[in-house]
Amino acid sequence: MKLVVAIIQPHRLDSVRLALTEIGMTGLTVTEVRGYGRQKGHTEIYRGAEYTIAFLPKLKIEVALPDERVDDAIAAISRAARTGRIGDGKIFVLDLVAARRVRTGETGEDAL
Amino acid sequence: MINAADTAWMLTATALVLMMTLPALGLFYGGLVQAKNILSVLVQCAAVAALCSVLWFALGYSLAYSGDGDWVGDGSAFFLRGLTRDAVHPGTHIPESVYVMFQMTFAVITPALIIGAYVERIRFAAVLVISTLWLLIVYAPVAHWVWGGGWLAKMGVMDFAGGIVVHVTAGVSALVIAWMIRPRHEFPHGIRPPHAPWMVMVGASMLWVGWFGFNAGSAVSSGADAGMAMLATHLSAASATLAWMAIEWIKFGKPSLVGAVTGTIAGLATVTPAAGVAGPLGAVLLGAAASCVCYLAVWLVKRVVGVDDALDVLGVHGVGGAMGTMLLPFVALVGAGGGHLNHAVAGQFNVQFVGVVAVAAFSAIATFVITKIADMLVGLRVDQEHETQGLDFASHGETGYHTNR
Repeated sequence: MKLVVAIIQPHRLDSVRLALTEIGMTGLTVTEVRGYGRQKGHTEIYRGAEYTIAFLPKLKIEVALPDERVDDAIAAISRAARTGRIGDGKIFVLDLVAARRVRTGETGEDAL
Repeated sequence: MINAADTAWMLTATALVLMMTLPALGLFYGGLVQAKNILSVLVQCAAVAALCSVLWFALGYSLAYSGDGDWVGDGSAFFLRGLTRDAVHPGTHIPESVYVMFQMTFAVITPALIIGAYVERIRFAAVLVISTLWLLIVYAPVAHWVWGGGWLAKMGVMDFAGGIVVHVTAGVSALVIAWMIRPRHEFPHGIRPPHAPWMVMVGASMLWVGWFGFNAGSAVSSGADAGMAMLATHLSAASATLAWMAIEWIKFGKPSLVGAVTGTIAGLATVTPAAGVAGPLGAVLLGAAASCVCYLAVWLVKRVVGVDDALDVLGVHGVGGAMGTMLLPFVALVGAGGGHLNHAVAGQFNVQFVGVVAVAAFSAIATFVITKIADMLVGLRVDQEHETQGLDFASHGETGYHTNR
């Protein structure tokens, strides 16, 4: 099992959700986060003075899935989240050691 | 004799001016600070309003408006003793009680304006000490000089609603306190942007409406003077809003909300002394000049002089009030509907100039001493740990926003 963690532009959430639904993913978790990569934040101007906003708003989506679905999920997220501009985000894949569905007590891939 | 129409308008105007402090100025300033300091600004506004109201009753009104001395009023109206129900304020047709109350709202907002200089780092006790001493030592005497029959009034200085008495005193004193309390520790490059620009706009809009009471109320009657003052006030605010937006649009490619409403306030402060004589055309010109000059002043204070007048009290209020006071003789010329000067134009300008310079110098020196005293009595700043934590929790034990952002 793997955990796919993707940091994306907030306005791409709907298309990412649709793309994952199309390939049969049934659930995902979204968190509002702030951060920067090569984009290095931006500046805002108030009363003529520049303020550096180092951490930009992003969304973090997390999807747990069986090993054989990982490549499809990565492809779907990349396609849906991409605008081609700097700041589009990153996708990370982590090994998932265990899973359990709280309601039924199912474990492993049955719980995903 | 009491005139019902005058009295009705002055009661209304008084309520409008109190609204400028509670809550308009609180929202205007509160939106400009960081989220962790929003409550501290609101507490400061509320506390200064309450404190200065009681001080005005006890000592301030008498020091400003009783007696005919050149420098300061006498003690004959301390604790408003002798104020009878039916007393009429001399030279007007409104009850003395209404005049006391109207002037009280000015005595409330002027020290509250200074809050903008020292936010996000001052000890709350220092706010109270500074405001107390400042109201009695700076505001009340200057109000006496200009409006209470003191030496500037005798020279014929013209200050319709407080360009000198309110905005020059507050602006210059704000700069002195900001310099003495030293910058916020992130100043200048690590300062965080305003946490709620929408709140700044709501506050500025309420200030705009409240200013009708401030300026048109300063006619102390409900007739033609009040009407023309309200028209001039509104047009200056509108013109200044457009001008500040234009400056930002040209300079940065985008007109901002915070910029637009900063222009509004600059236009309002600038027309304040001249609302009685500017007329509509004069007011539009004053408003445009307000944004151009105040925009530069804000930049000069923060970036060149390097004083952390955090919310630009000098740049917007002090400079606006001083400019309006000195341009007054000239805008009186251009506007049909404008009023009459006390002297010929050049002579009036000289008097206005003396008024601004003398009041600015007096405010600076007196505020220096007041701030020294506050420093010795209670200390000016919170320690850096509390500054980083935010004054809301560190000084008041409350948190403005219970969310995870």
